[in-house]
Amino acid sequence: MSRSIKGKAAVIGVGESDYYRHGHAPKREFELTVDAILNAANDAGISPKSIDGFVSFADDRNTPTRLANALGIDELRWSTMQWGGGGAGGSGAVQQAAAAIAAGFAETVVVYRGLNQGEFGRYGAGRSRRANDSLRVAYGMLSPAQLFAPKMMRFLYETGIDPAVQEAVSLASYHHARTNPRAVMHDHKLTPERYRESRWIVEPWRLYDCCQENDGAAALILSSPERARELSDRPVYVMAAAQGAAHRAGGFLDYIYDGPDQPTSEFKTTAPRLFEMAGIGPADVDVVQAYENFTGGVVMSLIEHGFSSVEEADSFFRLENLIAPSGRLPLNTSGGNIAEAYIHGLELNVEAVRQIRATATNQVPDAQVSFVASGPMVTPVTSVIFCSEEALA
Amino acid sequence: MTTAADYILPAGVFPVLSAPGDLDWPHWEAARREVIAIQQCTACQRFQWGPEVMCHHCLSSELTFAPVSTTGRIYSWERVWHPIRAELAPACPYVTVLVEVPEAPGVLLIGNLVGDPREPVTIGSAVEAVFEHHEDYTLVQWRRAGEAS
Repeated sequence: MSRSIKGKAAVIGVGESDYYRHGHAPKREFELTVDAILNAANDAGISPKSIDGFVSFADDRNTPTRLANALGIDELRWSTMQWGGGGAGGSGAVQQAAAAIAAGFAETVVVYRGLNQGEFGRYGAGRSRRANDSLRVAYGMLSPAQLFAPKMMRFLYETGIDPAVQEAVSLASYHHARTNPRAVMHDHKLTPERYRESRWIVEPWRLYDCCQENDGAAALILSSPERARELSDRPVYVMAAAQGAAHRAGGFLDYIYDGPDQPTSEFKTTAPRLFEMAGIGPADVDVVQAYENFTGGVVMSLIEHGFSSVEEADSFFRLENLIAPSGRLPLNTSGGNIAEAYIHGLELNVEAVRQIRATATNQVPDAQVSFVASGPMVTPVTSVIFCSEEALA
Repeated sequence: MTTAADYILPAGVFPVLSAPGDLDWPHWEAARREVIAIQQCTACQRFQWGPEVMCHHCLSSELTFAPVSTTGRIYSWERVWHPIRAELAPACPYVTVLVEVPEAPGVLLIGNLVGDPREPVTIGSAVEAVFEHHEDYTLVQWRRAGEAS
């Protein structure tokens, strides 16, 4: 691929608000969002007034105009929203920011997501109604778990993978949250027994297979590689990014009931493009953040990116392989959506950056290449790889 | 004829919201007559589901709804235990099935499985449609083939 984003943009700051259980934030969603942006600017060592671009996703309610005016920025030069896909948009929003910087449309772009479900309602209760939706809603298929569980059920049937592999994904997140003071589940010890005894939500998923719903906000600020090198002696580059969907993908969420590939996380078309742009393969990745709406989605995502084969999945998805610092492939090292906080997955991108900076709470030694997959089973899916100066060379 | 006592989900929680002119209206109109109708392209004869304003195969906008079998096979399924609305609690668990019918390969019809929701569900097993009549609409549910109605 001759045209590439590789090394043409960098993350200069990351930040978050405090994270809360849903309905427990003492602040409005907009205030949480501002907190995250101010913390990211402070982390970068820049004035928030120098931000000139805003990118979000998942129909974020905090508009660039309101944020720009609240922050009193000098001039707004870039404002875009990644379409669709809910939490699948996080890495796509990073991709948009990088593209805007590389193309010269803006200099300092913040990617943000603010969620206050106490103020605005939860996702697990199902969504508002749209055309064609009676075809599934009338049969009680509308919450995210209900929309995606049959994909996993079919995936398990076709591959023969043991459903128990999902347990390790959940345990890894809770394990990492124990040492992350930001994590909402920091004090919650999850044992295999507690996982197995937890109630079913939608088979094949138990309570601990499902992400939390939370109140909070996260932000990343991107700028040019030159500015990143001025600001930090350990800049974090965008190595590659990808987004998309296969032919007739979109699935039940978008009322497509005849797609040719149902048992998929939807990364089969984007994964090859991502690695081609990065110029690396899955074996070169040091640490992985994979969006967990449900643990089964993580299993499919990692297999479709080549981190595990179907054949080795039963032995690959074990807790010891998935935890920092020494697992084969440390996964969701902050606790992720399941145990840190559900900021629609943007906290995964924040964590991926911290791994390259060597400031993560569960640091993978000498992490040079850090991968994020956003939103399995929801299209368009998006992904990004961050890397160090050393890995870029 | 089904009665309210036979409804899988409580009446009125998720009513069919479709009206003449909506893309999916012909499907609901057919269900009222105990027919399963799926959108079919008049030009290339292929099916698509859900209904759309054009055929994604040949891009024709000449579309109709054609009847398909009322028997099929379970492609996948789920068992819903968590009631996302309080009114659903008495109906949980319920089983949702994705059913393939022979005339329209790849098309998945979503419905609920009639019978004991705790019984095992087998992918690939045969099912027959059961029309669940409500006051204003009819749902297409499924039962294991050969089970008494």
